[in-house]
Amino acid sequence: MSRAGFRERVGRAAGALARLGLGRGDVIVIAQADGLEGVFAFWGALQLGAVPSMLPPLTEKLDPATYRASMDLLVRHSQAQLLLTTTDQAPELARAVSCPVHSLDVLADGPAHEGRADPGPDDVAFLQHSSGTTGLQKGVALSHRAVLNQLASYADALALEDRDVVVSWLPLYHDMGLIAGFLMPLVQGLPLVLLSPFDWVRSPGLLLRAITSHAGTLCWLPNFAYSHMARRVRERDLEGASLASVRAFVNCSEPVRAASQQAFLERFGTIGARPEQLAACYAMAENVFAVTQTPPGRPPRLHDGHVSCGVPIPGVEVKIGPGGEIQLRSDCMLSGYHRRPELDAAAFDDGWYRTGDLGFLADGELYVIGRQKDLIINGGKNLHPHDLEAVVNGVPGVHPGRAVVFGVADEAEGTELIAVVAETDAAGDEASRAIVAAVRQAFVGQVGVAASYVHLVPPGWLVKTSSGKIARDANRRKWLAERE
Amino acid sequence: MDPAAVRETLRAFIAKTLIRDAAYPLGDAEPIITAGLIDSFSLAELAVFVERQWGVDIPDPELTVERMNTLDQIVARVLAG
Repeated sequence: MSRAGFRERVGRAAGALARLGLGRGDVIVIAQADGLEGVFAFWGALQLGAVPSMLPPLTEKLDPATYRASMDLLVRHSQAQLLLTTTDQAPELARAVSCPVHSLDVLADGPAHEGRADPGPDDVAFLQHSSGTTGLQKGVALSHRAVLNQLASYADALALEDRDVVVSWLPLYHDMGLIAGFLMPLVQGLPLVLLSPFDWVRSPGLLLRAITSHAGTLCWLPNFAYSHMARRVRERDLEGASLASVRAFVNCSEPVRAASQQAFLERFGTIGARPEQLAACYAMAENVFAVTQTPPGRPPRLHDGHVSCGVPIPGVEVKIGPGGEIQLRSDCMLSGYHRRPELDAAAFDDGWYRTGDLGFLADGELYVIGRQKDLIINGGKNLHPHDLEAVVNGVPGVHPGRAVVFGVADEAEGTELIAVVAETDAAGDEASRAIVAAVRQAFVGQVGVAASYVHLVPPGWLVKTSSGKIARDANRRKWLAERE
Repeated sequence: MDPAAVRETLRAFIAKTLIRDAAYPLGDAEPIITAGLIDSFSLAELAVFVERQWGVDIPDPELTVERMNTLDQIVARVLAG
């Protein structure tokens, strides 16, 4: 698609949105995974000075009623003025949420909007919802100034070249997909090749074909993707494929593991994968995206077995705070959490944003070694154990409040798998099996993830703190010890 | 291919490798993906396994939840060659 063609479609999307009464400052939720209509809607909203936000669509695994209820919650919390989604999902969502709902198809009709809003640098450009389960997600509000600062700094850190071509399978409702795999190439004038995330998950070889056909040079991947590709690309997908054009595979959004990168090199070395392509980045939606980045073209640097995430990008300062917490300050920080002012104060310590991640600096480079909070990162998705425990507690047969959910690092998968330990009185194999099945069903239906390990235990098994709270880490260690 | 052998080989592979519980009593018509026993990534792994084991190439567009949600469906697809 040419730039002129793109502008024309964006103009028409803006025209359709304006005719629906949308304008400056209105929050527009776009729930779609693939297809260009959502892309036009996003830019059309920006053209009007409205505030778009990308959210995941309903999938075949999610329970439709739960999904709709969480979208209703999100629309009410964010005071969205419009929800745009696919044609087949629009009617049901319209009955479930409190704002108008339209199919993205309506954006293709009618004349283009000619004018362009002239937002101030501190006006909010868009919201990123990329952590937690849908209805409870925090909306990270990002100003035009923050976004443009990030895009300029990140371009410098990557030493972008005219010949660069970005290839991405990442969903646009994830910060890495939205910023690195979507906004940056378009704003910096680089060609962009977008794949459907759902297609890539089932057919990881598609990424090789896209890189080969378009001479891709930059590609962002969460760590699990290196393992997924190394293990599950089919042999026939290597025929005629070449990764020689790639300057950097940027590993970002979950802990970088040397073993996953090594497996990737071993599998794809014959088609042009090489160590100097293995870049890494530390990023978060609250900083728009990148905090640090390794220089492209340099093989991974290791320190005590940890992989370097590189140096702070221009405009960002990083320090290690109390307890080893990574803290940062930058010219691309969030404006605040959308309509959640109570969260803003807790996020900062004397002007420094508290990441909750643990790490150290060596020779000016950042190494991320763990987390203060019990966050689970499963396949690049940030999940809060508290939300997942609420899901388990709702399953009949589980003692309410007597369940713990934690992540278990899995070397082969290159990510954290989800483990559930729950207390129950259920006697007998059949009753236990039914509860385990109900827990798994609840996870996939309500959160869209698989619980890899579900372990039922008798009352009194779970370790509690002196104040009577369930201690996640102690229970994680107890469960791991029992497995061995 | 012996249908019974294919079925038992697949049952064992899915339980041990994909569900991570070799003792899991997987039923023939039990939903695997929509019940949250395995995730979508496992479909790609299943395709690689079937190709290595029996030389059957299941094209990417067929690797969907609707077509691959039960052992019965997967066995039928492998036997179709």
